[in-house]
Amino acid sequence: MSDEVAAEILQTHILDLAAEGRRLDGRAPDDYRTVTIEPGFVATADGSALVRIGETAALCGVKLEPGKPFPDTPNAGVLTTNAELIPLSSPTFEPGPPQPGAIEVSRVVDRAIRAAETVDLTRLCVTPGEKSWVCYVDIHMLGHDGNLIDAGMLAAVSALSGAVLPAKRFGIAEADYPLDVQHLPVECTFVRLGDTIVVDPTFDEEHAAQGRITVATDESGRVVAMQKGLVGAFSPDDVKAVVRRAFVHGDRLREQVRGARR
Amino acid sequence: MGSVGAKEVPVLLDAEGRRIDGRRLDELRPIQIRAGPLPQADGSAFVEWGANKVMAAVYGPREVHPRHLQQSTKAVIQCRYNMAAFSVDERKRPGLDRRSQEISKVIAEAFESVVFAEEFPRTSIDVYIEVLQANAGTRCAGLVAGSVALADAGIPMVDLLPAVAVGKVAGAIALDLKKEEDNFGEADLPMALVPQSGRLVLLQMEGHMTEPELAKALDLGVEGCKVIYEKMKAALRERYSVRPLAAEAA
Repeated sequence: MSDEVAAEILQTHILDLAAEGRRLDGRAPDDYRTVTIEPGFVATADGSALVRIGETAALCGVKLEPGKPFPDTPNAGVLTTNAELIPLSSPTFEPGPPQPGAIEVSRVVDRAIRAAETVDLTRLCVTPGEKSWVCYVDIHMLGHDGNLIDAGMLAAVSALSGAVLPAKRFGIAEADYPLDVQHLPVECTFVRLGDTIVVDPTFDEEHAAQGRITVATDESGRVVAMQKGLVGAFSPDDVKAVVRRAFVHGDRLREQVRGARR
Repeated sequence: MGSVGAKEVPVLLDAEGRRIDGRRLDELRPIQIRAGPLPQADGSAFVEWGANKVMAAVYGPREVHPRHLQQSTKAVIQCRYNMAAFSVDERKRPGLDRRSQEISKVIAEAFESVVFAEEFPRTSIDVYIEVLQANAGTRCAGLVAGSVALADAGIPMVDLLPAVAVGKVAGAIALDLKKEEDNFGEADLPMALVPQSGRLVLLQMEGHMTEPELAKALDLGVEGCKVIYEKMKAALRERYSVRPLAAEAA
């Protein structure tokens, strides 16, 4: 049996189950898999966290270095987010320059971090127009069983939450001090399986999906980013319902991020 | 959104509820759509939307390049959204940056959601979108141009795909942001609607909105899309209407 036929049988099965409100792994449509957060996983990073959502794993390392602010924002530090879908984590990932899928994960996570003003970039300025901290948020996927965006986001906020500015090493201050994280954005991803919209899709569910939607919320009741992906469609009412659910899951996940802080 | 280090923030909304260019909150910028400006393409469209100028061309169904992307059960839909170096105030380095690659991906997925791709197995339908002059809302203008170009190429689809961005400007939900509103506003939410089903096939958002604001933005965007939908249909009718012989002679 070819992979294509097998994939089609699996897709049909997933959709049949979803029509009865069931899922392949026994979860209900609004059940999120177990999330674990392991802060400080990498000692060489200035902040790091290993996040698992079921079999999906994302490792984020934050590096902070002195650099130059952008000419159009002389009073602010620089923050860049990058996600690598490295080939070790899935047979579907290939080496080489980032593919559109990896770019999408990076940009959706970056958008939520930025729009939520997670890090007050003005506080990363050392000398206006001359010197500022550059904050590199690098995410490596270490396991891919779906929902990479949520995993990447949780890893990024967890790593930022525990990050320490190496000010002493770079002669910027007498002592190192913690990075000030003022908001906690969290992404929550859903996919459509027929008429059912399920949270936290697995790899197989993403392949069977008729559209994916991600909603990033913060602790103050704001939606800070959204992204519809894959082939498929959502009605405005679907979107409104999904946003409500994203707040419920988001608040719970945020508690977990706070609890994991050292 | 662009609050960090922003210099002078212009007055985005005056006391009478007029926007920076005099529009009401629910008013679109002027839009002109021309179907078929490129005779060598299988389908094409040119969209002038406010100060945006966007050209789209469709080639296909044709052979897939690179070959390994070929699918045995359906056509692959490939999209390249690109901004010309001279399309923005400060010269943009030519080529696809990460933003353009992400936009190309979500636009391709939006088109794939409406095209009957299974009718053309082992082929590629290529949509090229070139932003020649940019003033916020280029992905929506690109979608509109690409969609009209697909129709002009005779590709069977569920429906045309009108698109528009809704945003939050000086605390108010506003339709179709222009550059200043995009740069200094609080949120931007581009969307593309399938008018037949009332469903959205492209949806992105950046900034911050409360739940009620978001609901309002979605509803406002759907209304905006319906207006654009009529203009898209009119452009195609204009291209394919048969002129009476007497008019040709005159």
